[in-house]
Amino acid sequence: MDHINFEVKKGEIFGFLGPNGAGKTTTARILTGVLRPDEGSALVAGHDVLKNSIEARQCIGVVPEVSNAYIDLSAWENLMLIGELYGVVEKEREENATELLKDFGLYEVRKKPVRGFSKGMKQRLLLCMGLINDPEILFLDEPTSGLDVESARLMREKVQRYNRDGKTVFLSTHNMEEANQLCNRIAIINHGRIAAIDAPEKLRAQSLELQYIEVLFDKPVGLADLSKKMQAVKASLAGNKVRLYTANPSTVVEFLVDFARHNNLRILSLNTMMPSLEDVFVKLTKEHGSEA
Amino acid sequence: MEVKHEMGYLAEQFKRSLAVAKKNIKIYYSKGPVIVFGLIFPLFLFLAYTIGRSMPLEELLPGLIGMTTFFTATSVGPSIMPWETRSKTLERLVCCPVALWAILLGDMLSSFLFGLAISVIPLLFALAFNIGLLNFTILLFGLVLATLCFSALSVLLSAYPPSDIPATVMMISSLVKFPLVFISGVFISIEQMPFWGRIIASFSPLTYFTDLARHLILNGGYYDLILDFSMVAVFTLIFLVAAVKLHEKTLTKRLS
Repeated sequence: MDHINFEVKKGEIFGFLGPNGAGKTTTARILTGVLRPDEGSALVAGHDVLKNSIEARQCIGVVPEVSNAYIDLSAWENLMLIGELYGVVEKEREENATELLKDFGLYEVRKKPVRGFSKGMKQRLLLCMGLINDPEILFLDEPTSGLDVESARLMREKVQRYNRDGKTVFLSTHNMEEANQLCNRIAIINHGRIAAIDAPEKLRAQSLELQYIEVLFDKPVGLADLSKKMQAVKASLAGNKVRLYTANPSTVVEFLVDFARHNNLRILSLNTMMPSLEDVFVKLTKEHGSEA
Repeated sequence: MEVKHEMGYLAEQFKRSLAVAKKNIKIYYSKGPVIVFGLIFPLFLFLAYTIGRSMPLEELLPGLIGMTTFFTATSVGPSIMPWETRSKTLERLVCCPVALWAILLGDMLSSFLFGLAISVIPLLFALAFNIGLLNFTILLFGLVLATLCFSALSVLLSAYPPSDIPATVMMISSLVKFPLVFISGVFISIEQMPFWGRIIASFSPLTYFTDLARHLILNGGYYDLILDFSMVAVFTLIFLVAAVKLHEKTLTKRLS
């Protein structure tokens, strides 16, 4: 990590995006009290993670990328253990566990050892373990990585519902679509530095040069032909469609209509596309990669 | 007010230690092979030494109790940390609001309960066969203290190297444990040892426990009984503090 500085607002879902090795997990591990930073400070729910580590950890729930439930214990025993470690009283612990297990479709298998659980079941159990103490802040590290579509959707729904109750979520991921769907704000981290922090739509708007027009003509058109006539625009093929990257879409649309008329072409489809979060991510990580 | 707050914190952390201990007993100790190992291994080691030698039973008892306590209390403890490092469950424990010392105390308590449950067997055996016990209560107290001491040693043995391979740690702990048995007056009483042997023996906590048992079973210990108790208590404290300090130092490396 290289002197990163950011703030997560109460009640938001904050995405932490970055390529592998960028420092996402290290940051999350510092904030959850697993690792001590060499220097600097971090506050979690108002508690200094170095000076008041226990108080800080008391306010959080953690869902790691790699399953770390005790496989020799049952789902119920895992939840009871974590509840005890958070100091949740027995009655509340049992009520919370019952509700969570029912909610996540694990109640029927609660007495079975976790060893026999599928990846999706283990991941759901991890989320239950992260929520057993009803934390103020939930740390999620790649929560849907390797999950089937249904399990991933269920996880996202649960995270959104938890957030609707006013709780804060810190989501570390490299799944752009997930970050785009879930997060109020996103920080993009690369080489241990924050490359950008903003709402997903604002991040996309900051990279207007990455927006493009996707056009499909009724006959094939040579890229060279188009590029030659539109000198400032980069063109590429996407299947049988042509993509024209531009910061000024209206001019390009006018040009395309003229181009079609002049060459006896019919426009079958024409769409203006905002840059995807992935485009912004690639651009930012490249920029910061070359700076580093 | 500050003291009350501190006491509340310690009590809460101790409760969490008990949760760690309960988990350890369920996962690591309540397995058939572990219990059988705890019972059979010290007995076999003992028989290997005694068969063919004509010694009265009460003379064999202090060594048997010493070995049983030592081997059972240190049997599983050293492997828990590397095992939990490997399965990533240590990271789960560390991000819960539990102090590292409380996690280690939990490991120590589970070792202690297992060691005590098994070590009481030869003691009960002695009681059942009316083998010259001078003071059962004091011996039981000594057994409790010694089991605590060896449990603290087992947590210390798990600290270095900060490996995630249980076999590595178990091999290193065997390198420490076996020589200790042979220098601690288990098979040969301390007064029969040469001078240099007695010097070496004085550095082993097992020496004082075996001597304590000789006092209370045979009325024939080498050191003063108070010294035996004190030294076992001192070793417990040293092992405990060293274990916490060493684990604190190696935790980052263990988790990275």
